[in-house]
Amino acid sequence: MISVKSVSHHYSGGQQIAFEDWQIEKGEQWLLLGNSGSGKTTLLHILTGILKPEHGTVNIDGTAVYNLSSKELDRFRGQNIGIVFQRPHLIKSLSISENLAIAQSFAGLPADLNRIDEVLTSLGIADKKDAYPEELSQGQLQRVSIGRAVINKPALLIADEPTSSLDDKNATAVLNLLLQQSQLNQATLIVATHDKRVKDAFTNTYQLT
Amino acid sequence: MSPLKISWKSLWSKPLSSALNIMLIAFGTGILTILLLASTQIGDKLDKNSKDIDLVVGAKGSPLQLILSSIYYIDFPTGNIPLKEAMELANSPFVKRAVPLALGDNHNGIRIVGTDSNFVSLYQLKTKEGKFWSGDFEATIGATVAKNERLKIGDTFYGAHGLSGSSDIHKNHGYVVSGILELQGNVADNLILTNIASVWKMHEEHEEDHEHQVTDGTEEEHDHEKHSHEGHQHETPEAEEKKELTALLIQYRSPMSVAMFPRLVNETTNMQAASPAQESTRLFSLIGVGVDTLQWFALLIMFIAAISVFVNLYNSLKERKYDLAIMRTLGASRTKLFGIIMAEGLMLTIAGTLLGILLGHMILEFIGSNQESSQAQLSGFVLLFDEIYLFAGGLAIGIFASIIPAVQAYRSNISSILAKN
Repeated sequence: MISVKSVSHHYSGGQQIAFEDWQIEKGEQWLLLGNSGSGKTTLLHILTGILKPEHGTVNIDGTAVYNLSSKELDRFRGQNIGIVFQRPHLIKSLSISENLAIAQSFAGLPADLNRIDEVLTSLGIADKKDAYPEELSQGQLQRVSIGRAVINKPALLIADEPTSSLDDKNATAVLNLLLQQSQLNQATLIVATHDKRVKDAFTNTYQLT
Repeated sequence: MSPLKISWKSLWSKPLSSALNIMLIAFGTGILTILLLASTQIGDKLDKNSKDIDLVVGAKGSPLQLILSSIYYIDFPTGNIPLKEAMELANSPFVKRAVPLALGDNHNGIRIVGTDSNFVSLYQLKTKEGKFWSGDFEATIGATVAKNERLKIGDTFYGAHGLSGSSDIHKNHGYVVSGILELQGNVADNLILTNIASVWKMHEEHEEDHEHQVTDGTEEEHDHEKHSHEGHQHETPEAEEKKELTALLIQYRSPMSVAMFPRLVNETTNMQAASPAQESTRLFSLIGVGVDTLQWFALLIMFIAAISVFVNLYNSLKERKYDLAIMRTLGASRTKLFGIIMAEGLMLTIAGTLLGILLGHMILEFIGSNQESSQAQLSGFVLLFDEIYLFAGGLAIGIFASIIPAVQAYRSNISSILAKN
């Protein structure tokens, strides 16, 4: 249901990078492996419609992502793709539940407070609903960012180095949450990492060289 | 969660810098509001009081002073003019109506004006209580005078010599309040009106008193002078000739008078003619310099405020570009980010402008209520149409300050921002 075909990208420095074709079926959980500088982030950006590749196509659930207009693409991403970044990057001026609510509103979906409660409860941080980001620990913030990524029940959940800034205990917890949340929301999961702690949990891997 | 609420929340997360920006804008707008209100009100007052008066005839001297003293009652009169010559002018074919004024006394700083019924018709005065003055030493007082001095019909008060100060009180005759005027919204509110004869009589006796005192002391020196005075008093027409007025307010009979009459006065008599319209314009251009300076000062503040809002947004954009990129990944379009940044700038400037306009009104009301001079009382409870320009100006500053940051937010390349992490 997700296919990446003959994609290549040209960095502004002049360097050319080509990616192997990639076919991902619905509900699969993939690990994207590669050392830093190997193009992991570039491939993720291409996959999520953030960066238009020079050549090749990305197809998600039958939609050719780069045929959409800028506005349609933003909307499509909001509704179909959830992204977890290395750092949580929540909006400081908004409370935890408001941070999830803007994800609903930006995606053009109606505000659904029950869904917010549901997600926060499943992540074990329902009591932090009205707190502001600066009151939470790194581990808690990363959970909120997972919550934000799954709030709209995306078809594709992508995590870019989600564990690299966390200690062992939190890294395991976050990884388990990602696996659990992708199953719970029937989302395809792709985790990009160079973190060896993560590898064992996945059977499918896409290796960048 | 609407984009507006995001902007709102973002402003509240930096209360100090938001407050600083709002204050700067409010300060600039406030000064402009005060200037606008004050100059409009002063201008209106000048116009209202000189309405229907085409010319003022008085003793030679500064024409501005003549206008100020005999229309606005704020400066000292230029001197006196002989009644006989004044009456000749009043009966001239060029003149539709001439209002004689005899100034010289005050009651607690309120000017006592000796005049006739022409004054009533010129200013279209109406009494609220009682009647207009008729006999000697009857006075009709303005509404504000009645209120401030707590005078009622039938009360007696004394005039003092001069236009302010009460050291030299005319105790021989008291004025009796015969009527109180309705609130007119012009100079009449702050005047005491009586007939001309009362003013004369007050002073005849006054002068005689002085003469007695002088002759008692130094008889020799003043003997000649005294003699000549006595000589006058024997012959009634000449005594009449000695009588004087302070000024004559003239209404022209036809537009043609404009060209002829002032020249007639200035060239053939020992008096001068001054045009209220001309002198008001001159006065306004004098005040105008100060107003202009303040205006530039206020505009400078507004400009600094605009820069400050710009810097504030621009800096916060640097901190927030990652936030904004995340918003894009969450589905927000470029236009939405543009809107969020614009809304932040506009909220700051609109809040500042509205606060400034409000403050301007309040401060002017405060100044007005503490004002000594009752002839130019200012009020803050007046809303002018022109204030909409102030509001538009504030809006323009908001747009000016936020457009560059907003365009940057619109254009930002989220991939490179997110990749840098």
